Amino acid sequence: MKFFGHLTSVCAISLSLVAAAGAEPLRVAYDADPVSLDPHEQLSGGTLQLSHMVFDPLVRWTQDLQFEARLAESWEQIDPTTTRFHLRDGVKFHSGNVMTAKDVDWTFDRLKESPDFKGIFNLFTDVKVIDDTTFDLITSEPYPLVLHTATYIFPMDSAFYTGQTADGKDKAELVKHGDSFASRNVSGTGPFIVSEREQGVKMVFDRFADYWDTASPGNVDQIILTPIKEDPTRVAALLSGDVDFIAPVPPTDLQRIADDAGTELITMSGTRIITFQMNQDRVEAFKDARVRQAIDYAVNNAGIVDRIMRGFGTVGAQASPAGYLGHNADLTPRFDVEKAKALMAEAGYADGFSITMMAPNNRYVNDDKIAQAVASMLSKINITVDLQTMPKAQYWPKFDERAADMMMIGWHSDTEDSANFHQFLSHCPNADTGDGQYNSGNYCNPEADKLMAMANAETDVAKRTEMLQKIETILYDEAAFIPLHWQDLAWGARKGVHGERIVNALNFPYFGDLVVD
Amino acid sequence: MLAYLVKRVFQAIAVMFAISLVSFAIQDNLGDPLRELVGQSVSEEVRQELRDELGLNDSFVVQYLRFAGNALQGDLGTSYFFKEPALDVILKKLPATLELVLGATVIIIGLSVPLGVYTAIKPNTILSRLIMGVSIVGISVPVFLTAILMIFLFSVELRMFPSYGRGDVVHLFGYWSTNFLTWDGWLHILLPSVALASIMLPLFVRLIRAEMMETLQSEYVKYARAKGIRPRRIYFVHALKNTLLPVITVGGVQIGTMVAYTILTETVFQWPGMGFMFLEAVNRVDTPLIVAYLIVVGFIFVVTNTIVDLIYGLVNPTVNLARMGA
Repeated sequence: MKFFGHLTSVCAISLSLVAAAGAEPLRVAYDADPVSLDPHEQLSGGTLQLSHMVFDPLVRWTQDLQFEARLAESWEQIDPTTTRFHLRDGVKFHSGNVMTAKDVDWTFDRLKESPDFKGIFNLFTDVKVIDDTTFDLITSEPYPLVLHTATYIFPMDSAFYTGQTADGKDKAELVKHGDSFASRNVSGTGPFIVSEREQGVKMVFDRFADYWDTASPGNVDQIILTPIKEDPTRVAALLSGDVDFIAPVPPTDLQRIADDAGTELITMSGTRIITFQMNQDRVEAFKDARVRQAIDYAVNNAGIVDRIMRGFGTVGAQASPAGYLGHNADLTPRFDVEKAKALMAEAGYADGFSITMMAPNNRYVNDDKIAQAVASMLSKINITVDLQTMPKAQYWPKFDERAADMMMIGWHSDTEDSANFHQFLSHCPNADTGDGQYNSGNYCNPEADKLMAMANAETDVAKRTEMLQKIETILYDEAAFIPLHWQDLAWGARKGVHGERIVNALNFPYFGDLVVD
Repeated sequence: MLAYLVKRVFQAIAVMFAISLVSFAIQDNLGDPLRELVGQSVSEEVRQELRDELGLNDSFVVQYLRFAGNALQGDLGTSYFFKEPALDVILKKLPATLELVLGATVIIIGLSVPLGVYTAIKPNTILSRLIMGVSIVGISVPVFLTAILMIFLFSVELRMFPSYGRGDVVHLFGYWSTNFLTWDGWLHILLPSVALASIMLPLFVRLIRAEMMETLQSEYVKYARAKGIRPRRIYFVHALKNTLLPVITVGGVQIGTMVAYTILTETVFQWPGMGFMFLEAVNRVDTPLIVAYLIVVGFIFVVTNTIVDLIYGLVNPTVNLARMGA
C-alpha cells in the first residue's frame, strides 16, 4: 500500500513537471517552411514533415524502418491484389468530424489526381469501402509495396474539403500554382492544428485537444516553426537559445553543437545516395565497363566523406542504404589508383581523355566541393575534367538536356524501396514509361530491368530481396554509376528536448510524440 | 517645379518599362520554375502540361505582351510560391525593409556628421586616426561577414541581442507592422541596422571629413574666424551647411544602393523583408516575383533621386530645378 502511495505521488510530481514544461512553446527552425497546407500539392520532404504534424498516415515508419499502425489499426491481405485495412474507431478531425473509411476513399481519389503523387499510386486502382472502419485497397496486380505506399495516405477531412468557397471555387480543388482552399485551410487528424501561418515568416501549431493517440508520450502544447535560411544564423539561433530545435545542421557546425553545454546533436545515417553518372552516348570510352570501373577505383569516396563531409556521410558502394531490401552488405567501396590505371591501360586509354562535368552548388551538402574533389581524383588516371557547377535552378534544365559527360545526381527513394533507385537512375531510358528518367548515363542492362519488373510483382519478401540484391550486384560489377555516399541527417536540439526519440532516416520528425523535460 | 515633376514621372515610366523588358528577357536563364513546383519523380509529360497551363511555352513576345497588358492594369503577375499577386507580396514585405533602411539611415546620419566634423577639425589626434582606421576596415569587410560576426558575438557569446527575425511587432495599418513600439522589436532591429549601416557609415564619415576640410580652407571661413565668431558656430552653421551639398547627392544615390544591400543583411538575419524575399525568389525561380521586385526597386530609385533633387533645391537656392530636369 505504501509502495502505491509513493508511486502515485511520484506520478503526480512528474505530471506537474510535464504540465509546466508543456506550457512553453517549442521553437523550431528549419531551412524552409512548407510550400502549402495542401498535402497533395507537392511531393517533397517539407510537405511530408507537415503532414506528419497535421495529419496521420494509415501506417508510418519506425526508426528501424518497420511499419507502425497509426490510423489503420490492423490489416490483412485477403487476395493477391486486395489488402483489407481496419481503421481506428472514433478518430476525430480538427473540424470535429469523425474520420471514416469514406474519408480514406476520398483522399485516395484525390491522390490519384495529384501530378506529384499519382506516380506512386500507379498500380493502385481503387479503395472499396466495406463499412465505416473497414476498406479494401486494391491493386491492378500483386504488388509488394502496399504498406510502403500506405505511408503516403494521410486521410483528409472529406466533409471539410467539400463544397464551394465564398468566391465559388471548389474546396477540394488541387492547384499546383495559384490559390486554392486546400492550400490555405487544413483539417486533419494529426496531433497539431495550424493556428497561424505567415508564409516564409512563421507557423504556429497548437496541440489538438481531441487527438486520438492518448498513449503518445508527447507533451508539447505549442510549436512555433520559423524558417531560417542561412546556416550560420540557424546555428546561432540554437546556440543563443532563441530556438529549441533546428534542422538541418551544416557539417561545419556539427562539432560546435555537440560540444556546447546547452545543446545536443542528433545524427543518423540518411537514405539519400549521392552519385555521378557517366554518359555513354556522349563519351565512347564510357561504354567500356573497364573504364567505368577505373573511375570507380580512382574515386576515393571514403576520403570525400572524411575530408569534405567531415564524417557526415556513410560511404556507399551501391544505391540502396542499409535497411532496404536491396542492400547487399558484400559490396564494398572500391579505391585503388594503381588498379584504376591498369584498367584504363587495359581498355586502351592509358593516355586518358578529356570530359566535361556538371554539378549543382546548392542542392546537396557540399555538392560543388565533392565535384571538385572527384575531378582532381580523375586527373590521376589522366582523365582531364572540365567542371562547371551552378545553382540547382539552372542545373536541372541542364540535367534534362544531358548537357555534360559526367553529371551529379542524388536520389532518395520515395517508396523507401530499392527498386525505385533502379527505376529512375539506372533503368534503360524509356520516354513512354518514364523509366530511367534520371539516367543521364544512358546505362542500359535488360537483365537488371527484367529483375526489377519481377521484383515489383513479387510479394514473397525473401525472393524479392534476392532479386533486388542481384540488381545492386550487377550495377556494382558493371560500374553503372559512381556511388559516393549516403548523406547523413543531423538535427540540433536544446538539452532536455528529446529529439532523438522522434527522428528517423526519412527526416520526418514525429513532433506529436516529442517529450520536453 | 511642376514641369520638372511631370518630366520625372515620364522618366520613371520609361525606366520601369526598360527594367521590365530586361528582366523579362533574362528570366529564361534563371532556371526552370517547374522544377521548384513539382517533386523529383514527376514525369516530363506532366511537367509539359503544367508549363502549358502557366503559358511558359508561348513565345517571348506573346508572354511579354500578356505581362505588359496585365501590368498596365496594376497586375504584375502571381507569385508561384506565395500564390498571391506579386505586388501584394512585395508590399507586405516592404515595411520591414523600409524600417531596416530607416534604422540604418538614422545610425549613419547620427554618427557620420559628428565623426566627420571631428576628424576634419582635429585630424591629428589619436581618436581621429582610430576613427579613420576603423572606417577602412568597415569599408573593406563584406556585410554578410560583419553580420555573422555580430550574431556570434552579441547573440551567441554575450546573449545581448536576438539572432534572427523581427520579434514582437505592432500592427499599425494596412500591411505595416512596426518594430519601433516594443522593446523586443528594438532589440531585434538593432543588429541588422548596425550591420546594414556598417557599409555606408565609413563612406559618409570620409566624405564629410573631406568636404569639411576643404570648406575650412575657404575664404569665408577664414573671414568668419577673423571676425571672431565662435568656432562652434563656424563649424556647425557656416561650414557644415556647405559641406552637406555633395553629401546629400551621394546620400540619395546610396539610399537606393542600401535597398540592394538589404538583400544580404536580411538573408543573414532572416529579416522578413523584400530583400530576403528576392533572394529566395531567385532560388525558387519565382519569375513573376523577380520581375515585380526589379520594377518596384527601379521605382524606388527614381523616387529617391527625385526627392534628393527637391531637397537639393531647398538647401541650395541657386539650383534651378526646372533646368536640372532637362
